[in-house]
Amino acid sequence: MELVNVEQLQVLLNKFANEDVYIHLETTNGAYASHFDEKVFNAGAFIRNVMLQYELGKVAGEAPHRVGLKLPHGWVYAQGITHFELDEHDRLLMAGHDQSGKLAVALQISKTPFTY
Amino acid sequence: MTLPMERHVLVVFPHPDDEAFGVSGTIATYVKQGIPVTYACLTLGEMGRNLGNPPFATRETLPQIRKEELLASAKAMGVTDLRMMGLRDKTVEFEDDEKMVKMMENLIADTNPSLVITFYPNYAVHPDHDATGRAMIRAIRRMPEVARPTIYALAFSNDSKEVLGEPDVVHNIKESREEKMGAMRAHISQTAWMLEEMDKRLADGEPEAENWLHYERFYTYNFNKDFE
Repeated sequence: MELVNVEQLQVLLNKFANEDVYIHLETTNGAYASHFDEKVFNAGAFIRNVMLQYELGKVAGEAPHRVGLKLPHGWVYAQGITHFELDEHDRLLMAGHDQSGKLAVALQISKTPFTY
Repeated sequence: MTLPMERHVLVVFPHPDDEAFGVSGTIATYVKQGIPVTYACLTLGEMGRNLGNPPFATRETLPQIRKEELLASAKAMGVTDLRMMGLRDKTVEFEDDEKMVKMMENLIADTNPSLVITFYPNYAVHPDHDATGRAMIRAIRRMPEVARPTIYALAFSNDSKEVLGEPDVVHNIKESREEKMGAMRAHISQTAWMLEEMDKRLADGEPEAENWLHYERFYTYNFNKDFE
């Protein structure tokens, strides 16, 4: 993955607009967060292979960036995006990695379903 | 240390690298004693967070990397019967409970183990760990008492010693130290930070670090103090 280049990422987001796409959206502070530090509140969520269409996709802000997808009746939103790539299967992978190299957020868009 | 003879040892954990930290020395010791060992790993750790910065993998390429690491770890321990069960990381507790028990029953029927090693439900921190132990203990509970394999359960939650006491089974695995380090190194995508820290602690002569490479500890599961 590369550090986000706003212009390039914006072009890619435009490419997937107004088409059926599969989404992987995830945020996490790790399953062990409150084991290592009992003061940490453990929270996370993921959805995988939910199909939708968005009419407008935008990357916003200085790094780490925010990405928002406007749907006919709602939104998809991710904060903390640092890296992106269009992989060999033409899937747009976006992720936010913290200073220690741990994934904190991921938003992925594909015209074909992601594996299980 | 020579471990007591076993007919067959069945090890069941949900994530590649679960075996490395607390059991790989024991597994390698059994293998060297000529005891057949089966290691069933339920997922490929697809949701692992260590992807690096700059990233060395993506959410989508991580499973393949971890699969290769799992194969390398099995090789380091000498395990030839490695089974990947095809579930997804983080989702084990949400699978159908009966389906999970059936999966464990099939593994038991297939390997006829005298000893099963898994996580201690409710004391294993990660929900996948607890769910794996839970399914296995349910499967074994349904067996006639005389036919049940012994269960060595791993517990490491912050309250485990307070509630369960000290582990009753302690294996000195000093002679399998290299195999254990090999298993740890095999899972380098997930263990790099930990190995780095351990090297420092070993260099500082910290007894706890040495201790970790010399001993592995388990609770013999007792159905008279069942978790449910």
